[in-house]
Amino acid sequence: MLRLADINKSYAVGANKLHVLKGIDLEIGDGEMVSIMGPSGSGKSTLLNVLGILDGYDSGEYYFDETLIKGLSETKAASYRNRLLGFVFQSFNLIPFKTAVENVALPLYYQKIARRRRNKIALEYLDRVGLADWAGHLPGELSGGQQQRVAIARSLITKPKVMLADEPTGALDSQTSREVIEILRSINREGTTVVIVTHEHEISEMTDRVIHLLDGVIERDKNNGGSPSPGKAGSKPGAKTAGGAA
Amino acid sequence: MFDLDKWQEILATIRQNKLRTFLTGFSVAWGILMLVVLMGSGEGLANGIEYQFRDDAVNSIWVNSGQTSIPYAGLQPGRSVRFTNEDHDTVARDVEGVEHITSRFYASGTLTVAYQGETGSFDIRSVHPDHRYLEKTIVTKGRYLNDLDLAEYRKVAVIGERVKDALFATRPAIGKYVNINGIPFRVVGLFRDEGGQSEEEKIYLPITTAQKAFGGANRISMFMLTTGEADLETTDGMATGIRQLLAQRHRFSPEDRRAVFVRNMNEFFQRFVNLMAGIRIFVWIIGIGTILAGVVGVSNIMMIVVKERTKEIGVRKALGATPGSILGLILQESVFITAIAGYVGLVLGVAVLEFGARALPHSEFFVNPGIDLRLALAATAVLVLAGAAAGFIPAYRAARVRPVEALKDE
Repeated sequence: MLRLADINKSYAVGANKLHVLKGIDLEIGDGEMVSIMGPSGSGKSTLLNVLGILDGYDSGEYYFDETLIKGLSETKAASYRNRLLGFVFQSFNLIPFKTAVENVALPLYYQKIARRRRNKIALEYLDRVGLADWAGHLPGELSGGQQQRVAIARSLITKPKVMLADEPTGALDSQTSREVIEILRSINREGTTVVIVTHEHEISEMTDRVIHLLDGVIERDKNNGGSPSPGKAGSKPGAKTAGGAA
Repeated sequence: MFDLDKWQEILATIRQNKLRTFLTGFSVAWGILMLVVLMGSGEGLANGIEYQFRDDAVNSIWVNSGQTSIPYAGLQPGRSVRFTNEDHDTVARDVEGVEHITSRFYASGTLTVAYQGETGSFDIRSVHPDHRYLEKTIVTKGRYLNDLDLAEYRKVAVIGERVKDALFATRPAIGKYVNINGIPFRVVGLFRDEGGQSEEEKIYLPITTAQKAFGGANRISMFMLTTGEADLETTDGMATGIRQLLAQRHRFSPEDRRAVFVRNMNEFFQRFVNLMAGIRIFVWIIGIGTILAGVVGVSNIMMIVVKERTKEIGVRKALGATPGSILGLILQESVFITAIAGYVGLVLGVAVLEFGARALPHSEFFVNPGIDLRLALAATAVLVLAGAAAGFIPAYRAARVRPVEALKDE
């Protein structure tokens, strides 16, 4: 599904160059549920940016479903993000002046789907995260956990192949965190590849595979045992654990 | 092309920042208000000047006689120059470019005009038929004087509407005889004049008849002519030519400014036209400057809006917004604010002009201030352009926001 080969990325910091990703080789299979861990500054957010086509990289190759993602125009990248990827952010990133249902419907707006239809679809997805009754509320009127569920519904509405979550529980208490992970888990069970960046062990323990990043290289890549997507038919058998480059 | 969603987005952000949007809009509205009031006032001034010229043909040269003021060819200064029919004929014949020419003869003393016991004292002008072009006389009934009237010394008169009202009241006047100093003249025409009431208290007689009837011999009081489409330079040449011709005929120095007065109305008119053009340019410069200040204000605000919404824009991009859609959103918002505010300014400006004009004391130099449709459309175009210009840089910035902004923690 996702394949990175010798990915390098550096940022200019003043006169110096900060080498953030130092030759990442990584393969994430269809239907996997992976967490990426590492201390701050290890490059895990940058890696997520590259995976999410939010940012480019300097050298190497990144294949999304056998398509080389390199040097895309902004418009093309926007289209890929819209159709292939779902994002969940630490701070939810809901648009404050839009109601829950409008927020969920937003990705479909960029697919030029008519308002009435996309709001109907959005309502279905809100229902799936148990928030149908809150459809007309603004994000400010929702609890943190509810907001994150709205954000998850929003990321799901385009039926993405890969779901990327950046510290999805960072702003939530442990009880709510567990609920959110449960939702992500169930999404994964339905066949969506899920990649979670986190620094919480409780979270990473709930994923099938944990990739540890340190100073821009993959330090450890371990399976949490068992098949990554148990009971799921049609997915490729087993994770193509390419093994850490470290 | 109407995108309801985009409008909802725009209205939502505007609702978010009511005060800021209002203040921004205010600067634009103020700019347009100033422009409209300035342009309208300029228009009022222009109308006022036009009003000054409404009475007579502007492409005319008027020649009056005076007294010599410098000695010439052994002759003392202080001689009165007296025009005769020959002066008229010579000018008509020898000066090139004369379109219409007429003389005027004023009989000395007061002439009383009577009809069946109604009497009045009116200004009597004895003229050539071409006079109607010089004074822009509008014949409302009957006819004006013609060449046959002059050739046959007919005792006919063309009277102003006010004269008719005074002497005839509601009775018909055409074909009736009015007595002028006891001599009956048949009324052949009625006229109106844009110059106002006093210009309609006149009676026109054939100059030849009047010279005979009122002891004028071959004297004329003044003459005037129109110059057709000739440009200012040509008409100035004609004025000089007329002066030289008369100097030769009446033996005074061509340099003598007091012997005859040759007024080239083209020149006066051109001067006012130039003045008006200057005022218009001035008004536009000030107006555009004021709008520019408003535009910079809008641009500034939009810049802040973009800055504040950087994260939101990043999220939108992460969700699949293209740079184009972001650009359009900001640009549309900018044009929308500017256009609405500008329109308010436009309406207020027109209102100020309307009520201001009524409140001001009546003046002949300030008539009917207002802006015409063309100017209003021009102002609208300026507004939309201004809005687009104001939004362009912020919109460009917004389109360049990197989607990774979405992942940054605030």
